[in-house]
Amino acid sequence: MFITASQRLKLLLMFLVVVFALMAAACGDDGAAATEESPAGDGAYEADQLILATTTSLKDSGLLDELVLPAFNEAHPDITVKTIAVGSGEAMQMGRDGEADVLLVHSPADEAAFMEEGNGTIRLPVAQNYFVIVGPADDPAGVADAADAAEAFAAIPDSGTPFVSRGDDSGTHKKELSVWEAAGVTPEGDWYTSTGQGMGETLQVTSERQGYTLTDLGTFLSMQDSLDLEVLSEESEDLRNIYSVIVVNQLVHPKTNAAGAEMFAQILVASDMQAQIGEFGTAEFGQPLFAPNAAALGGPDY
Amino acid sequence: MGQIWEGFEEALRLLFSGDAEVYQIALRSLWVSTLALTIAAVIGVPLGAALAQIRFWGRGGVVSLVNTGMGVPPVVVGLFVGLLLARNGPFGDLRLLYSNQAMVIAQLVIALPIVVGLSMAAIQHLDEGLRMQIVALGAGRLRTFWLLLREARITLMAALMVAYGALLSEVGAVQVVGGNIRGQTQVLTTGIVERMRSGQQATAIALGIILMLLVLGVLGGMTIIQQRSRRT
Repeated sequence: MFITASQRLKLLLMFLVVVFALMAAACGDDGAAATEESPAGDGAYEADQLILATTTSLKDSGLLDELVLPAFNEAHPDITVKTIAVGSGEAMQMGRDGEADVLLVHSPADEAAFMEEGNGTIRLPVAQNYFVIVGPADDPAGVADAADAAEAFAAIPDSGTPFVSRGDDSGTHKKELSVWEAAGVTPEGDWYTSTGQGMGETLQVTSERQGYTLTDLGTFLSMQDSLDLEVLSEESEDLRNIYSVIVVNQLVHPKTNAAGAEMFAQILVASDMQAQIGEFGTAEFGQPLFAPNAAALGGPDY
Repeated sequence: MGQIWEGFEEALRLLFSGDAEVYQIALRSLWVSTLALTIAAVIGVPLGAALAQIRFWGRGGVVSLVNTGMGVPPVVVGLFVGLLLARNGPFGDLRLLYSNQAMVIAQLVIALPIVVGLSMAAIQHLDEGLRMQIVALGAGRLRTFWLLLREARITLMAALMVAYGALLSEVGAVQVVGGNIRGQTQVLTTGIVERMRSGQQATAIALGIILMLLVLGVLGGMTIIQQRSRRT
C-alpha cells in the first residue's frame, strides 16, 4: 500500500459521501413521487399501486401468479399489484386497518361480519371447491364411510388417530373449527395437535404422525407424492369452500385504492376469467382445482 | 434422503438451466443484504470505535442498548419497521412498505447493533498502550482513529461477516416489510418458506442450497481477504 494515511482517510470520506448521496437519491425519488401523486384527500392516493391481501391457498396453487395477475397487468399495465399472501383472518385485519385495497378470502361468516362493520363496499364469490379430509389409507375413524364432514370428525377422537390442525386463523382453520362445532366435539386433548403453520407444513406433520387433517385440494395434490396420506372424504355441503373478493371501503379508509380494487374484482368475475378458473389445474393434476362461482354467471350465491 | 437428493438435482437444474426467476431471487437477496451491510458498516464501525474510546455521560446506557439490539429477533424488527412504514403509520406517505427499500431499512436496523457492538469490542480489545504510543508519536485524532481501525481489522472483518451472515439468512423481517411478492420483493429465505408451505419441497431445497452456496461464497471471499490482511 503506497498511499499515505491521510489519502486513505480522504478516500474513505469520499466513499462515505458517495454512499450517502446514493441513499439520498434513492429515497428522494420515492419522496418526490409520493408528493406529486398524492394531493391530500382527492381519493387518488396510490392510484398506481394495488395491495392485494390474499389467502395463501389461492396464491400457492398458482392461480394468481399464472392466471389472474397476468390478465390484470395486461388490462391495467399502469397499476402494480402487490400480492401479500396471509391467512384469511389476517387478510381481513389488513382490510380493517386500511392496509390493503382488495381481499381474496374464504371465511364466509367473518366476511359477513367484515361487511356488516362497513369495512367493505363489494363482496362477490369468485370461485369454489371442496375441502378434503386426508388421512392414513387404513382410515381407522371410517372417514370414507361418513355421510358428511361432521359425522367423519365425530368419529376421530375415539379412533386413536391424531388430528393435526393448522391453528393459524386461516380460512381452512376456521372451516375446521366450524366442522368440530357441528360435530359437537371440543377439539382438545392428546389426539389434537395445532401446528400454527401453513398447509404444506401441516400436511407434512400429518403424514409423519399418520393422522387426519383438513386441507384444500390444490396443496394436497401438489405434495401428494411425498405424503403417505389419502383423500378420504366425499364432496359434502359442510366442506364447501367459497372464495370471495372484497373491495375495501374507501370512505372508511381514505388511503385505499378503491378504483383499482374494483377493476381487480371486475376482472375476476368476468365470464372469460371464470371459464379459465374452472379449468385451472387440469394440465398439472388432471382435474380442475376450482369451480367458477361468480354470481354474474348464475352460480350459487352465499 | 430421497427428498434431499431430489432437491440437489432440482438445484443443479435450476442453476444451470438459467432459470430467470431463481437468479432474480438470488440477486435480490444479495443486493438487499449487501446494501444494508454496507450502510451499517459505514455508520456502525466509526460509531463503535467512537463508543470504545470516548467517555461521556450515559455511555453505559448506550452500550447496553447496543448489546440488547444484537439480540432482538429479526421478526420483531420487521414488525416495528412495518408499523412505521405502513400506509397509516407515521412514514406511510413515503410508500415504502412492501418494497426493496423497506427490506434494506429493516436489515439495516438488524445489522447496525451487531456492527456497532462488535466494532466497539474489537477496538476495546486492543492494547491501551498502543493507543497511547500512537498519540505520543504525534498522531492527530483522525490518524489515531484510522491506525486503531487498521490494527483491529481482522476482528472488524469478523464483525462484518457475522452481520452479513445474519442478514443473508434472515427471514422474519424481510417477510413482514417486503411481503414476499413474487417478482418484486421475494428473496431466497422467504421463497423457501413459501415453497415449503405450498408443497414444492424440491424447489424449496434447491433454493436452500443456492442460499448456502451464496453465503459460502460471500463469507468465504471475506475470509480470504481477512486472512490475507494478516500478512501485510
